[in-house]
Amino acid sequence: MKTDLRDSKPILEVKDLEVNRGGTMILNVPSLLIKEREILSLIGPNGAGKTTLLQTLSYLLKPFQGEIYFKGEKVKSNHSVFEYRRRLAMVFQEPLLFDTTVYDNVASGLKIRGMKRSEMSGRITEQLDRFGIGHLSDRSAKTLSGGEAQRTSLARAFALRPEILLLDEPFSSLDPPTRDSLIEDLEHILRQTRTTAIFATHDRLEALRLSNRIAVMNEGRILQTGFSGEVMNHPVNELVASFVGVETILTGKVIKKNGGTFIVSISGQEIEAVGEAQIGEAVLLCIRPENVILSTRPSREATSARNVFPGRIEKVISLGLYQKVQLNCGFPLIAYVTHHSIENLSLQVGKEVTASFKATAIHVVRRKGK
Amino acid sequence: MDLIFEGIKKAFWLLITFDPEVMGITLLSLGISGSATLISLLIGISTGVIVALSEFPGRRIAISLINTGMGLPPVVVGLFVTILLWRNGPLGFFGILYTPTAIIIAQTVIATPIVMGITLAAIQQLPKKLRLQILALGATRLQMVWILIKEAKLLLLAAVMAGFGGVISEVGASIMVGGNIKGYSRVLTTATVMETSRGNFDIAIALGIILLLLAYFINLILTQIQQRERPK
Repeated sequence: MKTDLRDSKPILEVKDLEVNRGGTMILNVPSLLIKEREILSLIGPNGAGKTTLLQTLSYLLKPFQGEIYFKGEKVKSNHSVFEYRRRLAMVFQEPLLFDTTVYDNVASGLKIRGMKRSEMSGRITEQLDRFGIGHLSDRSAKTLSGGEAQRTSLARAFALRPEILLLDEPFSSLDPPTRDSLIEDLEHILRQTRTTAIFATHDRLEALRLSNRIAVMNEGRILQTGFSGEVMNHPVNELVASFVGVETILTGKVIKKNGGTFIVSISGQEIEAVGEAQIGEAVLLCIRPENVILSTRPSREATSARNVFPGRIEKVISLGLYQKVQLNCGFPLIAYVTHHSIENLSLQVGKEVTASFKATAIHVVRRKGK
Repeated sequence: MDLIFEGIKKAFWLLITFDPEVMGITLLSLGISGSATLISLLIGISTGVIVALSEFPGRRIAISLINTGMGLPPVVVGLFVTILLWRNGPLGFFGILYTPTAIIIAQTVIATPIVMGITLAAIQQLPKKLRLQILALGATRLQMVWILIKEAKLLLLAAVMAGFGGVISEVGASIMVGGNIKGYSRVLTTATVMETSRGNFDIAIALGIILLLLAYFINLILTQIQQRERPK
């Protein structure tokens, strides 16, 4: 389901990166390695240091301590910072377009990098078409909607054919429908162009959708790095868990389709979900713990929910109003139950229960193209 | 009433017949104020951009000084430039007091802070992250500065107009350092002052009309550009 990166060479390596401002350490990354064609998501709450890390990686934020290696060569000793920066591209949260036409905006990076106007046109048209903004080519950038502007900003970055693309929350100021359609296009374009990318976001679903690997950040540190499912389902500590581990995330393959629903096979179990998907396609299923219902009745007919699984309670953690119950149903599953239910059903570690959730309660993340 | 009516009539006559004296004064005014504006643009825009983009101790004080300078009283500028250029003053050896050059110097001193202050504001109103975006696109520092100036071009145009408008209409400094010498350092404003004091209202009104027209055209050009650049 993931782009095979085993043969991929490291493209960017970071050692002992530290940024101090006003006596406080705002970034501390002892090591980080990014491979060619990999898409790494940096996730974490606002102020976690995602932007600081991206800006440090592109030498936009100075000074800092530590070393950055690009394709095995230390930046600054073997490349000038300037040359290195010309192999990257960066897209910010705001489109930051220039006061000119869409076409000239997409051309601006190439112009800065000294390309002749006659050589640019092919590349620019390609990007305009790719991002579906060809018809806006002659429009003034000031007149664009938020989504169109961000598309232009992305096209400007892709026109540079960067060896690494740095994306700093490029969708967070867009409204949900605009965001969804842009993410879908970007996902497709990233796969198609096999661009190495580092993508900062505070939205874990965006991260799941776009990246191979996830790094969870908080207070300037990377708390955990790993493949998406790994980080989501096995957070290393409470901090990571509180940020990513709020729902069950399962990876599986679509094996059957019937009407508007499809069946996903997960560790030998079949889960029904609603939506569009192709047979054989890899998908992620996200199930929010408050949608999981526990009962002590073993019977399958006792509920209208299609997804009913027997399981064993592995852990019960108090979360104030709720108790978080960790189950093993052949796959890990998390449920929130009230204190009242805990007492009524006498739920405790080791007890066998029946968990159920509706097909409509599953959030499906399609991972096409992988 | 008759006085005004006769004055206006004669003034128009002077204007439509391209009276050589009136035209000479007008051209000299345009030349002097144009040169002063040009020099103030070179100094004002470069310094304004540097102050806007750099961090140094005392930056706030520097900015408040520039802003104060935007309202320098021309008479005070005239006084100091006169002292500097006075025969036994520090720059007296140039021997340029009561010359058009002296007026250009004084007007440059008046216009530069205006251009600098507006440039400073124009660059600062651009989003801070725009600088990072330009650098991330691979720009050198010089390219970045040039792009920022282009992004701020509308406000910079206002700086040009404000600078020129400030010096073409200024009288105190021009009369003090230029001496209002006929056919040599007599400009629109100094001539208007003199003709009015002599009671030659026709010429004074003609010169006044020219000044008004200049002010009008400056604003017309500015408005045209602003309206054209505004998103439809």
